[in-house]
Amino acid sequence: MIRPFGFNEFLFILTAVQWTIALSAIAFCGGGLGGLGIALARTSSMKLLRLVTTGYIRLFQGTPLLMQLFLVYFGANIFGLPLNAWIAALLALSLHASAFLGEIWRGCIQAVAPGQNEAATALALNYRDRMRYVILPQAARIAVAPTVGFLVQLIKGTSLASIIGFMELTRSGQIINNATFEPFKVFGVVALIYFSLCWPLSLLARRLERHFARSTAR
Amino acid sequence: MGYTFRFEPVFERFDQLLEGAWLTIQLSGSAMLVGLLVSILFALLKTSGPRPLAWLVNAYVELIRNTPFLVQIFFIFFGLPALGMRLTPNSAALLALIINFGAYGTEIIRAGIESIAKGQIEAGFALGLKRLQIFRYIILKPAMRAIYPALTSQFIYLMLTSSVVSAISADDLTAIGNNIQSATFAAFEVYLVITLIYLFLSIGFSSLFKLVERVAFNYPLSR
Repeated sequence: MIRPFGFNEFLFILTAVQWTIALSAIAFCGGGLGGLGIALARTSSMKLLRLVTTGYIRLFQGTPLLMQLFLVYFGANIFGLPLNAWIAALLALSLHASAFLGEIWRGCIQAVAPGQNEAATALALNYRDRMRYVILPQAARIAVAPTVGFLVQLIKGTSLASIIGFMELTRSGQIINNATFEPFKVFGVVALIYFSLCWPLSLLARRLERHFARSTAR
Repeated sequence: MGYTFRFEPVFERFDQLLEGAWLTIQLSGSAMLVGLLVSILFALLKTSGPRPLAWLVNAYVELIRNTPFLVQIFFIFFGLPALGMRLTPNSAALLALIINFGAYGTEIIRAGIESIAKGQIEAGFALGLKRLQIFRYIILKPAMRAIYPALTSQFIYLMLTSSVVSAISADDLTAIGNNIQSATFAAFEVYLVITLIYLFLSIGFSSLFKLVERVAFNYPLSR
């Protein structure tokens, strides 16, 4: 039976936003933790560590996110684990985010003037203290704008989790579309919901970027 | 861990995979070419067009850049036929990629246009260069150089994004992978090989683009 696209259908789609937000938030946290490790390894003095993390970043930046999702989803089978869309989506998106955030934050760490590191070394601070009290606080300031920018990319990326059967905004749209056959309205609404999540973040990122550019200009 | 990998059925179909890679290159290449024309037109409208048109272009750019490609392609493939516009999966995929690339390309080209300092053009006139020479050496080449890195990495991003068109069963590398997967049930193996092909393509293209950059823009930067 074909249902009309009414308020209940709209509500069904709207409540699915929570899973998009949850998936984005968890993947962002997981990716943030991993990304910090990657960024530190990428800027470390050990060549092997730099080499391995460079390869890791290349791998994730050079392959489609959809394939990364598929590999994690079907890869669970190898370890005898059941196929689970939740775990696969979370793991794949976290790994994906860690590579991208790692590369963004590497740039931010390297953008801190080298004299800062030299001065901290001259003050006999060890690596941990140099990073914790001198380098990372300054790098964090530079990192805010591009990190918010990446968050937009991540939220959009979570839509691909619908392809492995994860129930979120896009998947709920497909379900309602199959019941109502009103694709124009349904996907229009889905697109507008994504837009209202992402656009404010994009504006914020741009504003932060301008703010930062002004405050560092001589 | 009692899993036995089965790569033979995948490698038996390697010719199909190569064909899929070629489909992906064709699809993203043609989307880039048409998308570039759209971008140039829209960037000109945005920087120097009449106000309402500039506003429309801006709305298009923001709308596309802040929604997922998967939703855009669903909207085009399922939504447009509801308005009486019939599309095959392949043409819907191409259209969606062009529209998507156009938004990012518009921003890149606009930045390129704005990177040319006015004094540079005036200096050209002062040196007695002809109009065409000024356009070619003072506007076009430096602008091309300024946007080249962003444009080429956007192409690679487009190629990786194009794997999503398999969701509406348009022909591309990922769709070929889905076919092989349903024929062999060796899901992980198929997608691992496909992922490596994508990696090979993106590394190959980015090396090629770097090579071209070194040959085409080999003059020193000012400052």
